[in-house]
Amino acid sequence: MTLFGAPLLGRMTLDALPFRDMVQHPTRENIVNGLIASGAALMVILAAITVLGLITWYGKWKTLWCDWLTSVDHKKIGIMFIVIALAMLARALVEAFFMRAQQAVGLDGGFLSPEHYGQLFTTHGTIMIFFMAMPFLTGIINYVMPMQIGARDVSFPVMNSISLGLTAAGAALAMISLVLAPFSTGGWTGYPPFTELAANPGPGVDYWLWAITLSTLSSTMTGINFAVTLYKKRAPGMGLMRMPLFCWTALCTSILMIFGMPPLTVATGLLALDRYLDFHMFTADLGGNMMNYINLFWAFGHPEVYILILPAFGIYSEIFSTFSGKRLYGYTALVIATMAIAVLSFTVWLHHFFTMGQSAHINAVFGIATMLIGIPTGVKIYDWMLTMYRGRVRLTVPMLYACGFLILFSIGGLSGIILATPSIDYQIHNSLFLVAHFHNMLIPGLLFGMLAGYTYWFPKAFGFQLAPRWGYRAAWSWIIGFMLAFFPLYALGLLGMPRRALSFFNPTYLPWTISALLGAVLILFAFFGLIMQLWQSIKQRASLAVPIGDPWDGRSLEWAMPSPPPEYNFPVLPSINSHDAFARQKGSGQHYETPEYYEDIVLPANTAMGAALGGAGFLMAFGLTWHMWWLVILGAVAVLVSLVGRGFVRQTTRTIPAAVVENQHRAWMNAVLETTPITRADEQTPANQGLPVSPREGAVQ
Amino acid sequence: MPHPEEHGLQVPYSLPALLGMIIDVRDHNVLKVFSSPAGRSRFGAIVSCLALLALSGCSSAPGFLWPNGPVADAQRQHLWLVIALVMIVVLPVFILTPWLVWRYRYKSQATYRPRWSFSLWVDVLIWGVPVVIVALLSVALWKNTINLDPYKPIASDKPPLRIQVIGLDWKWLFIYPDHHIATLGQLVIPVDRPVSFTLTSATVMQSFIVPALGGQIDVMNRMVTRLNLMADHTGEFMGRNMQYNGEGFYAQQFTTRAVSDSEFATFIDQVTTQGQPLNAHAWGVLKQQNNWKDVARILNDGLPPPAPMVAFSQLPASLFQDVARHQPIAWNGSTATDTSGKDTSHHDRTPAQ
Repeated sequence: MTLFGAPLLGRMTLDALPFRDMVQHPTRENIVNGLIASGAALMVILAAITVLGLITWYGKWKTLWCDWLTSVDHKKIGIMFIVIALAMLARALVEAFFMRAQQAVGLDGGFLSPEHYGQLFTTHGTIMIFFMAMPFLTGIINYVMPMQIGARDVSFPVMNSISLGLTAAGAALAMISLVLAPFSTGGWTGYPPFTELAANPGPGVDYWLWAITLSTLSSTMTGINFAVTLYKKRAPGMGLMRMPLFCWTALCTSILMIFGMPPLTVATGLLALDRYLDFHMFTADLGGNMMNYINLFWAFGHPEVYILILPAFGIYSEIFSTFSGKRLYGYTALVIATMAIAVLSFTVWLHHFFTMGQSAHINAVFGIATMLIGIPTGVKIYDWMLTMYRGRVRLTVPMLYACGFLILFSIGGLSGIILATPSIDYQIHNSLFLVAHFHNMLIPGLLFGMLAGYTYWFPKAFGFQLAPRWGYRAAWSWIIGFMLAFFPLYALGLLGMPRRALSFFNPTYLPWTISALLGAVLILFAFFGLIMQLWQSIKQRASLAVPIGDPWDGRSLEWAMPSPPPEYNFPVLPSINSHDAFARQKGSGQHYETPEYYEDIVLPANTAMGAALGGAGFLMAFGLTWHMWWLVILGAVAVLVSLVGRGFVRQTTRTIPAAVVENQHRAWMNAVLETTPITRADEQTPANQGLPVSPREGAVQ
Repeated sequence: MPHPEEHGLQVPYSLPALLGMIIDVRDHNVLKVFSSPAGRSRFGAIVSCLALLALSGCSSAPGFLWPNGPVADAQRQHLWLVIALVMIVVLPVFILTPWLVWRYRYKSQATYRPRWSFSLWVDVLIWGVPVVIVALLSVALWKNTINLDPYKPIASDKPPLRIQVIGLDWKWLFIYPDHHIATLGQLVIPVDRPVSFTLTSATVMQSFIVPALGGQIDVMNRMVTRLNLMADHTGEFMGRNMQYNGEGFYAQQFTTRAVSDSEFATFIDQVTTQGQPLNAHAWGVLKQQNNWKDVARILNDGLPPPAPMVAFSQLPASLFQDVARHQPIAWNGSTATDTSGKDTSHHDRTPAQ
C-alpha cells in the first residue's frame, strides 16, 4: 500500500511512521516501543525546528551560508565536523542508555521489542564509529594539524568541504531514519546473508548501506587531503622528524584512511549490487560467498581501529608534554611505534573471525601478529609516563582524561591480548567480553582523547577557556561511569552472555547488567556535564578570555598565534629549526617577533561545492533507500551539474592585502605587550590571558 | 575423570610452568600443586570467584571459568596465563601513573628536568620486557591454538560420537547419524567420550557454543564447519548461538546434557521409539522463524511438549548433506547411515560441493 503511488514515494508507506504499529496493533509491547520511537522522532523534528527557528529569529542565514557552510577554511570545517560529532554523540548515548536499561530488566523479558533493540545496537554502533568518532577526529586534525606544521590551509580546501558535506549527508540519513523508520538490525558490521534481500528486504539495511557509503567516501578524501597536506605544506625547516607527534599520528591515520576505507566502500557497493541488481556476491545461493564480505569488511575494519586510536595517541602526546612542562619522552621511539602500529594494523584483520573454521596455523599467525601490536602500544604508554617523570605535572581537565586513559587503556590492552589468543577467543568471541574490550579501547582511548583535545584546543578556537569546574565533574563521571558500565560486561562475557542479546534467562547475569545501567546513567550525567561546562563558559567568556593565544604554555606552533586565530593562521609563514618549535622560540626569547615586511596572502575562495554535493548525496541516498527513483536521478543530475559548474568558476582565490595583515598582527603584538604574563599556578583562573611567563633554561614557570 | 594431559591439552598457567614448557623440561615436580587436578580446580575456582565476585555463587554460574570438559579447561588455564603475564606490564601503570602525578605535581619540590627526553637503558627496558612477554605468550598461543583446534579430534580410547548440527532460525537441530535420530532443544551426549560435530546452516550465519565444554565455531549456509568437544563431568550445560541472526536470537539456547553411557543408551532408545518422523511437513515447520518450543507446540497439535525437547526418529539419511549442498532433500531416501560425516580429517574447510 503506497500513499500516492510508487512513482512518487517509492516503497514508502504509512508503515514508515514510528507509531504505526502502536496504532494498528495496540499491544502493551507495541505501545511502549511506539512511544519510545515516536519520542525519538519528535526529538529529531523539534531539534531541527528549533535550530532553523533560532537561525531565522537571529537573522543568521546569511552568516551561516557565507561564513560557515561555504567556507573552505580548515578551522571552520574542523569545527563543523566536531559539531556533527557532538550532536551524534548525544543521540548514540541515549541509545546506549536504552540498551542498558533493557538489559537491566532483561531477565526473561524487558520492555523493548527485538526489532527495536536490533535497530538500537545497529544505529548506536554505526553512529558512534562513522558519525561520532570519525567526524570528531577528522575535525580535530582539520583544525590543528595545518597550524602545527605552519601551513595556512590543507592542500585541497574544496575537497575538504566536500568531505564535510558527505559526512553531514550520511549523518542526516541516520537521523531521518528515526522519523521515517526503520533502520537496519544487522549490526554496524552488517554481515550478509542476514543483510541480503532474502533475510532483510526492507529499507533498514539500505539506510545503513548508504549512510556508510557516504561516510567512507568522505573519509577516503579526507585521508588523501591530510596526507598530501602533511607531505607538501610543511613550513620551511619543518622536517618530518620535527613535526609534533600529533602530526605524525595524523599522517599515519591518513595513510590508513587511504588504504583502509576503500575496501568498505567496495564491500557496501557489492552488497548494494546484490540488493538492487540481483547480483549474488554474498548471497547464500548461486555462488555467493559471505566470507568475502567479512574479509573485505575487516580489511577496512582493522585499520579503522587504528584510524580511530592514533589521533587520540597524538593528542595525549601533546597533552602529557605540555602539562608536564617537559619534552615528550622518546619522540623517535614514539614515531617508530606509531608507524609500526599503522603497518601492523593491515596484517591482523583475520582475528575478527578466528571462529570461521580456517586452519589453526592461520589463526596462530594472526594471533601472534595481533599480540605484536601490543609491543609498540605498551611502549607508548610507558613513554607518556616517562614524560611525566621529573616534570611539573598540572592535573588540568585534559590531563585528567589522559591519566584516566593510561590506566583504563592498559586494561583494554590486557583484554585485547586475551582476545588475540585464538583458543581463548573461541570462548569469548561474539560475547559481551568483546563489547567490553572495544568500548574499553574506544572510550578511554579514542573518546577521552577527543574530549581532552576538545578541552585543550577550545581556547585556541574560540578565544576563551572552558570553565574547569564542570569539566572536572564531566571527566570524573566519564571515568567512573565507564568503569561501572563496562567492567561488568567483561564478567558477563566470561559468563557466556552473547552480545546483541535482548534478554537472558540466567539470574547470575542480573547484578552485572544493573551495574552497567548505573554506569550508563553516570555517562549520561557526564555528557550533561559537558553541556553545562560549555553553557557556563559561554556565559563567562569575557573573564575566561585568552586573546593572546597561549593559555597552556604550549610547545607547538598553533599556540604562537592569537585566539581565535586569523583565517590565514600565520601573517608570515614561520621558519622552523627544531622540534617543539614554539617552546624553543620561547626559550630563546624569539617568540612574538615582528616580521620585517608583510605580503599579500592568497586564500581559497568560498564555494558551495560541499553543500551542493552533500545535499545531492543525501537525496540520492534517501531515494535509493526508499526506491524513489526520480529523487535518485535528481540527485545524480545535481552532482553532475555541480561538478561541471565548478569547472566554469574562474574566481577560486581571494587575496588579503598586506596592510590588513599588518594591522591585525600589530594590534595583537601590542596586546601581547600590554598583557601580564602568568605562571602555571594561575593556569585555570581568569588571570590567564593566554600569555605565560617565559621559561628559564627550558623550565616552565 | 581423565586428566587433560592425556589429550595433549594441558596448559600450565604459572610463569615457571610456562618457562618449563618452552624449554621442554619434562620433570614438573615443583608444579604438581598446580597441575594436579584437585589443586588446579581449587586454585582456579578460587581465582575465578575472586575475579568475578559472582553474587549468586560460583557453582551455578555458566561459562568456561567453570569448565566441564578438557577443551574449556585448557581455555580457562590459558586465560589465567595470559592475564598473569600481561599483568607484568599493566600493574606498574596502575601504580606509577598516580604516583607520577603526585610526586611531580606542579607545586612539589621534586627534581625537574624539562629537557630530559631519552635514556637508552630505559628504552631497552620498555621495549625489551614487552618483547619477552609477547614471545612467551606467542609460544603458548602457537601450541594451544594447534592443540585446541576445533577441527582436531580429541584423543580417546573411545570412538567419537558423531553429531550433525543444522542451524535454523532460531533453534538448533541435532542429528545423530549413527542412531538415525534427531533432537531439537536438547543435546544429549555421553560423558567421557569425544563428540565430533559437523555443522551447517539452513539460514543466515550463526555461531555454535557450549561454554562449559568449549567452542565456538561459526555455522554458515552452504558450508560445513567442524567442532570437537568432550564432557568430563555429567551435568546440564547451557549452549547457544552467539552470532546475531534476528529477532529470536536471544532465545536461541539449548540444554546440553552430559550423561553416563547407560543413560545415553536409554536416551537413544526413547527417542528411537517415541520420536516423530522428520518429514517434509515437520521440515516446513522447522524452516519457519520460531524457537524450538514453538516447533514442539505446532508438531504436538498445540499442546505443550511432553519432554524438554522435540525428538525425531525417522529422517532422511542425507538431510544434513542436502541442506549443506542446497539440494532438494531426499525425503524418500533410506535412513541408512550416511558416509560424509565419518571423515574427521583435518581440513575439510571448503564450501560444501
